[in-house]
Amino acid sequence: MTLALLAQSLVSGLLMGLIYALVAAGLSLIFGLMDVVNFAHGELLMLAMYAAVVIFGVAGLDPVLQLPLICALMFGGGVLIYRGIIARALSVQFNRGMVQIFATFGLAIFIRGAAQFAFGGDFRSLSGTWLSNKTVSLAGIYVPLPQLAASAVCLLAFTGLLLVNRTEFGRALEATREDRDAVALIGIDRDRIFAIGWGLGAATVGVAGAMLIAFYYVSPSVGANFAVIAYVTVALGGFGSILGALVAGIVIGEVEALTALVLEPSLKQVGMFAVYLLVLMVRPRGLFGKL
Amino acid sequence: MDAPAPVAARPPADNAILRRRRGELWLGAVVLLALAALPLPIHDAYTQNLLIITILFAGLSQAWNILGGYCGQISLGHALYFGIGAYVSTLLFVQAGVPPTLGMFAAGLVAGLCALLVGWPCFRLSGHYYAIATVVVGEIGYLLFLNWDLVGAATGVFVPFKGESLVNLQFRTSKLPFHFVALAFAAATWAVAWVIEGSRWGFSWRAMRDDVVAARSLAVRVFPSKMAAAAISGFFTGVGGAIYAQYVGYIDPDSVLAGHLSILIALPAVLGGVGTLWGPLLGAAVLIPVSELSRSYLGGGGQGVDLMIYGGLIVAVSLARPAGLVSLLGARRAPQA
Repeated sequence: MTLALLAQSLVSGLLMGLIYALVAAGLSLIFGLMDVVNFAHGELLMLAMYAAVVIFGVAGLDPVLQLPLICALMFGGGVLIYRGIIARALSVQFNRGMVQIFATFGLAIFIRGAAQFAFGGDFRSLSGTWLSNKTVSLAGIYVPLPQLAASAVCLLAFTGLLLVNRTEFGRALEATREDRDAVALIGIDRDRIFAIGWGLGAATVGVAGAMLIAFYYVSPSVGANFAVIAYVTVALGGFGSILGALVAGIVIGEVEALTALVLEPSLKQVGMFAVYLLVLMVRPRGLFGKL
Repeated sequence: MDAPAPVAARPPADNAILRRRRGELWLGAVVLLALAALPLPIHDAYTQNLLIITILFAGLSQAWNILGGYCGQISLGHALYFGIGAYVSTLLFVQAGVPPTLGMFAAGLVAGLCALLVGWPCFRLSGHYYAIATVVVGEIGYLLFLNWDLVGAATGVFVPFKGESLVNLQFRTSKLPFHFVALAFAAATWAVAWVIEGSRWGFSWRAMRDDVVAARSLAVRVFPSKMAAAAISGFFTGVGGAIYAQYVGYIDPDSVLAGHLSILIALPAVLGGVGTLWGPLLGAAVLIPVSELSRSYLGGGGQGVDLMIYGGLIVAVSLARPAGLVSLLGARRAPQA
């Protein structure tokens, strides 16, 4: 194993890790806000990727330029899911934890079926976009341009998410997270905050989907590949912590790349899962989780 | 000083509970007989298969219910115990010639041990952290078996047919014997749940599920309780996996260890009525036929309509009937601690 190979692995681990982090950020945001784990998160990613394929096919708009459009669409979708399903699941008196898990899980199966109905089961990918198949060489390390662009956008998105915290809305978000009953007393519409939270979470995963489509295929079941990693990332970083999702995403990406290098590529996920379990044994609330 | 008062007649509430439990037992016997007679007039293989799978999953889900329902630990990794059970009995049969009627107990023991091994780190976690940790443990098991050449890796293991035999659980001329094997398995899990419901364990598990702190203050030992529930639940899930392997005659990581199986095992109990005696059976009786029939009639050509119906049903039931389908029948839920 040469040093160059190691450096190459570390760089690709970092780039993939940033994508994992962005996929996980939306999940973490929603969890922190209302204690709901969205088991349809991978399917939202899949929807965003299909949206990019369709818009590219119809209007010829490059996925990078589609970002605002996809964000808006996904935001709407997130709000819709909240109003249609999650608000109801939260109002349940009995067995609330299980109801929300299995309601979002049912939604995941439904979305997967709908995607299969609309697009068929074949794998699709985009070629001929600005970014596809271009590589940049940095000091002897080859970096595919789509991944590089995705990481840059990912860092921007994280900056955006962290800046949201400073706005009036961000403070309302934080207050709702701290005490969801008390905020009603000071005139914050909790239901509206939750709906916007879902919109933001879905829009974040939309960004990830639009960037991912430049270098990853999409199929109705692609969400499953990313969903488990997203749960691991969120739990490792600490549920609800955006910064935790970023750090954990990078850790996961690096561990995956190193496992593939040291053991063998088919075991790369075993490495990241093992690291996650080890960390959780020492620190059950994750790296940045609040108690 | 007064002698301690002799144990007086039990308060009437207790009698009501005992009466209800005796009623459940009678109902159980009637349902068992009905389910045993059900396949006799049915001769087409498709319906027979549907019945067997439904009853098998009712049993598996009841096994999940012991940990997920009565003890309140939402495990989303039961495919691991199912798969390990399937592999243990199958490999014992193929490699060492151990008949599966014995092998399935070995399968259950290994799966139960495995559940203890998983529980030891994971029961430190609570709520969503626990659920996600079980997803991950299941996923690790799947990936390891997929790459483990000794157990056939991705190719899986074929169960050779060694002739019609009850000891080997191999029947080729008729599906009927498998119906009774599955039924015996489901009845055993039901009986265990019935015993647990009325036992000291059952009461302390439910107390723990509803309020950990309060339960602990009443001297419920939380960690050992969870471990006991996990071991029993894992044992029966493993036995179910062994039976399934003999039934289908071929196993590979995708058919017995994949993550979606964990959900398939949990769903009947959750939608039927979590922590109830009849929930898993009722849930399986609705879910499995809907899933199988919609797949046969609408799923052709990978259309996805079957998945939309199945997913929609899950969303609708879980939102409309959070206490499960049993609440439609007006059956009382298991007594709350």
